[in-house]
Amino acid sequence: MSVLTVTGLCKSFGGLHVTTDVDLNVEPGERRLIIGPNGAGKTTLFNLITGEINPDKGSIHLFGQDVTKVPSRRRPHLGMARTYQIITLFPRDSIVHNVSLALLGLSPLRWNPIIDMKRQGHIVEHARAALERVGLAHIAERPLAQTSYGERRRVEIAMALAQNPKLLLLDEPFAGLSIDERRDVQQCLMAIPRDVTMVMIEHNMDVALEFAERITLLHFGEVIFEGNRAEVVADPRTREVYLGH
Amino acid sequence: MSARLIALGIAFATLVTVPYWMPGDYYINVASQILFYAIFALGLNVLVGYAGLVSLGHAGLFGIAAYATAYMLQTGYGHTAAIVVALIVGIASMAVYAVLSLRSTGIGFIMITLALGEILWGLAYRWISLTGGDNGISVRTRPEPFGFSLASPNTFYYTTLIIFLLSVAAMAVLVRSPFGASLMGTRDQPRRMNALGYHVWMIRFYACLVSGLLTAVSGILFVYYTQFISPQTLALTSSAEVLLMVISGGAGTLLGPIVGATLVVVVKTVVSGFIERWNFLLGAVFVAIVILMPEGLVPGSARLWRLAWRKLNAPAKTAATEGEP
Repeated sequence: MSVLTVTGLCKSFGGLHVTTDVDLNVEPGERRLIIGPNGAGKTTLFNLITGEINPDKGSIHLFGQDVTKVPSRRRPHLGMARTYQIITLFPRDSIVHNVSLALLGLSPLRWNPIIDMKRQGHIVEHARAALERVGLAHIAERPLAQTSYGERRRVEIAMALAQNPKLLLLDEPFAGLSIDERRDVQQCLMAIPRDVTMVMIEHNMDVALEFAERITLLHFGEVIFEGNRAEVVADPRTREVYLGH
Repeated sequence: MSARLIALGIAFATLVTVPYWMPGDYYINVASQILFYAIFALGLNVLVGYAGLVSLGHAGLFGIAAYATAYMLQTGYGHTAAIVVALIVGIASMAVYAVLSLRSTGIGFIMITLALGEILWGLAYRWISLTGGDNGISVRTRPEPFGFSLASPNTFYYTTLIIFLLSVAAMAVLVRSPFGASLMGTRDQPRRMNALGYHVWMIRFYACLVSGLLTAVSGILFVYYTQFISPQTLALTSSAEVLLMVISGGAGTLLGPIVGATLVVVVKTVVSGFIERWNFLLGAVFVAIVILMPEGLVPGSARLWRLAWRKLNAPAKTAATEGEP
């Protein structure tokens, strides 16, 4: 059974077709890379998969279940987590509180107006464990406002991992990072076990190609090529569309 | 931490002993007003401070609970029935407010709540068979729970104080709870909260109901205090006034709305006796707060206090850490 199946997906904003008849099939344990020039519709595709925007046509199946009509807030409960290209965190809170919110999102405790959040030991423990995986446990109590950009990228990943997803969508996890920070993030991602399927959008070809087994090339909202690493790099269409020569 | 406990202890002792050191009934009544306006401000703060939703129609909710109490008493029902019905009417009105205004946030939310508040004000003014129009409705007696008459300023003050302390305690618990964390999350990053699996709309809706409950409670205390309700109470200026209490004291803090309510009520009632142009003074105070402490009196004072503390301790600290590299 596929983890993610997208069939005939279409979306347009007015006259602009941002997603045109996209088919995508991701198998369990796969590391999939989605590439394409700016405006190719990569992030839109993610937003369609997570349900933040509704498709005009087509269907999305998660773990064999049709989720096309399932509200986006229900989809994390099915085992899907995402990170954002533009960092979307809670700047007034500490790192560990950020990750705790990710955990709380999947717990019925989130409706509880009586108990003390700080005394929920198991949540804090799980949050720390997730931070351990991205190497931030030592600064868990630090306010997010006092962290670097690279650390925030890793908090994004920790929040996604904390939800223990079966499918992880990463939207440009290396964007804007220095070489050192990139290496840190790469180590975090490489350490994620195979029972988590990952789909990544990335521009940085060095790290991305090392990560991915199968690559999908999007251009003007269409899938124009899909294949393994060597095939995509060798294909003339990739060079034409993406590398620009 | 212990300093905070001492401060809370002193504040509590001060509140409990008000009737003993206040010079006369007039000032005890002012203290009662401060307390029920503080409950009102706490209610609005749930939305403005913790949910990030600014309402300009809360005087309508405050007024509808007051009118419901007065109308029930006028028709001949007892105090218990009047209070229960007023609470239900208040919360139900808030639910209607919420369903209509939560379709948007930001300016949209402000405008819809403003419009709803104006509708209620208009109804109070024009639905004369129900509200008495401009003449309003008088409330002849205050309740006597367990034979304990609330007719005197002292007993009314203590009743208001108990309800006030319960409201503050409930807010303190709510803010620290997972639901409080969820609510503040929807204020700061609604999109992210949705992607993390939270039902953003429902969280905001529940927050509205909590706000509606506190507003209705304060409206009922108000109508028993003044023993009169007229459309003026529902006017836009009242909504703006309570919003100013929240913002001047510090939105999103527990003590801010209480400090804000104290400031506004003291200037309106006490200072207005000495200064004819008290409106001008209140305006000047708000301007000063906005310029000097845009975050509000409570967080602003805390910031200045920390700054002063650091400055005072700075020379001592550098001397102490000189030995270390």
